[in-house]
Amino acid sequence: MKDEDIVERIQKNPKFMKFVNLRNNYAIVLTILMMIAYYGYILLVAFNKQFLASKVAVGATMSIGIPMGIGVLVFTIIITAIYVRRANSEFDDMKDEIVKEASK
Amino acid sequence: MIKRKHILGGLAALLVAGVALAAGADLGQAQKQDTNWTAIAMFGIFVGITLWITKWAATKTKTASDFYTAGGGITGFQNGLAIAGDYMSAASFLGISGLVFGSGFDGLIFSIGWLVGWPVITFLMAERLRNLGKFTFADVAGYRFDAGPIRSFAACGSLVVVAFYLIAQMVGAGQLIKLLFGLDYIVAVSMVGIIMMTYVLFGGMTATTWVQIIKACMLLTGATFMALAVMLQFGFSPEAMFVKAVEVHSKHDAIMGPGALINDPVSAVSVGLALMFGTAGLPHILMRFFTVPSAKEARKSVAWATTWIGYFYILTFIIGFGAITNLIPNPADYFVGGELAKGLKGGGNMAAVHLAKAVGGDMFMGFISAVAFATILAVVAGLTLSGASAVSHDLYASVWRHGNVDSATELRVSRITTVCLGIFAVLLGIVFEKQNVAFMVMLAFAVACSANFPVLFMSVLWKDCTTKGAVAGGTVGLISSVALTIMSPAVWEASLGNPKGSAMFPYASSAIFSMTAAFAVIWIVSLLDRSAQAAKERALFPAQLVRSETGVGSSSASGH
Repeated sequence: MKDEDIVERIQKNPKFMKFVNLRNNYAIVLTILMMIAYYGYILLVAFNKQFLASKVAVGATMSIGIPMGIGVLVFTIIITAIYVRRANSEFDDMKDEIVKEASK
Repeated sequence: MIKRKHILGGLAALLVAGVALAAGADLGQAQKQDTNWTAIAMFGIFVGITLWITKWAATKTKTASDFYTAGGGITGFQNGLAIAGDYMSAASFLGISGLVFGSGFDGLIFSIGWLVGWPVITFLMAERLRNLGKFTFADVAGYRFDAGPIRSFAACGSLVVVAFYLIAQMVGAGQLIKLLFGLDYIVAVSMVGIIMMTYVLFGGMTATTWVQIIKACMLLTGATFMALAVMLQFGFSPEAMFVKAVEVHSKHDAIMGPGALINDPVSAVSVGLALMFGTAGLPHILMRFFTVPSAKEARKSVAWATTWIGYFYILTFIIGFGAITNLIPNPADYFVGGELAKGLKGGGNMAAVHLAKAVGGDMFMGFISAVAFATILAVVAGLTLSGASAVSHDLYASVWRHGNVDSATELRVSRITTVCLGIFAVLLGIVFEKQNVAFMVMLAFAVACSANFPVLFMSVLWKDCTTKGAVAGGTVGLISSVALTIMSPAVWEASLGNPKGSAMFPYASSAIFSMTAAFAVIWIVSLLDRSAQAAKERALFPAQLVRSETGVGSSSASGH
């Protein structure tokens, strides 16, 4: 079967838009979470330097900003992994099924 | 007010130091050092291995598809390392560790900025790029748009970014080699040009990718070793390391908190936007998504790339603190004239290199120097390849010959372009030797996020977007980002030497304005576009959506 026909059939399948919306909403939610983490940190740097420079505990040298900053780095890695894991399993299975139905 | 401008200028300068490595004032005034034979020998081994790989890659580079995308046969894991290699430039390594050495905490803010663009690329772009594109990112926008205008625009956007980036890298390479190897500037720049051309010309994307992978592994290994050596000194207690750093550093406890890096919210958000979305508009990064066989592998590549880059930034933070605790107590060995006040030998960006000597001796320092240089070489090769594909695939094959061109001819044109770009890069490197080219990387990021990214984003995700809208908006983004960046304090005052306070644009990055302008113009012009062509383009959107979301008919299915 030609690609054009498959594309046309998928377009008509209501499952397709449902799948697209599901995945895109998930991607948008994660994007917003990432934005909150990053801009939250940057705005703390811009507006509340004292908080970031305050110590993790009385008598400690390490400031709160350091574990928080490393935390943002680790969060970035984890949130990417979370998306990729779900997209590569659940979403790809849904997609494969839609393509398979259209290719019959 | 003057003070604020000064701080903003400083922020911009730091931003650039982070990116452009060498280009910063530190290396800009690099003194030629004694010839370092260990480093040269190590680098020689690296070049030998990579040339051997190039020879192997040459046997596999027969078609245009092999040349541009390694035939789509790179796995997600390999591609992740290669992307990380593209991103972990000498700038990140020497620049960020130097920044941590100089001001502690502030270095962390930059690493975070460089990393956060990756999840956004993963969530919004990676898969769609892979599914719609073939060789260049213009393929993506060109799916439903009028090939002539959109590809001409995309090629311009790519070439502008590549040119700015190339200049910064070439000048940086020359200065770095002067420092690390003790060779002459012109010898250094020509050497980079020739080796890089050899990789690209004969080995195409296969060689470029493997050079990048090897370099990424070397850099990660070297940096891991250094970070472990430092942590070992403190019994793996970060607290102990910070205590010692605060004790010896001239700024004492100030290195534990943010300095004067970001003060006004507009610059903060604007720099954040440029870092976040600029990455999604860099042609040499986008090109890497076409080297993997499927969307699944494309996603895996970004997941791996993000992991390696994030891990690497944590290492550079430790390395910066290790440099503080190891180098400052021994001024005689590492500081000019043995005096702390005169700064590190070779400038602040050399902190990591000196630390390598402190923890691993001369051999290890030679290794790290060679890695730093290999890094530039690999990045320059990737840039040249993406520039060559913009000329041969977009301008020559698609616009000039309307797609009626065989693979062999297209390949020949890419190779001719590669040679031209190589010569161009060497010449520019020589012309700009004495200039402060730090702002070039800033320009590259500004253009990438204000011209390339909005066009790509809107063409894929917005059904009403038309050719006219995309080209108009992209052009506005391109011109406004270049103009505003030149008028900003970092370029107008720091680089072009105009008096303090004369910069017309007060913020550290143009992104918040130029990127918004690009999106707004794309939106308005597309809405007003009532031509028959526009109607045709809108009608193609549903089919494009299916292809971009499912990968039906993507080049992987047929091509490889």
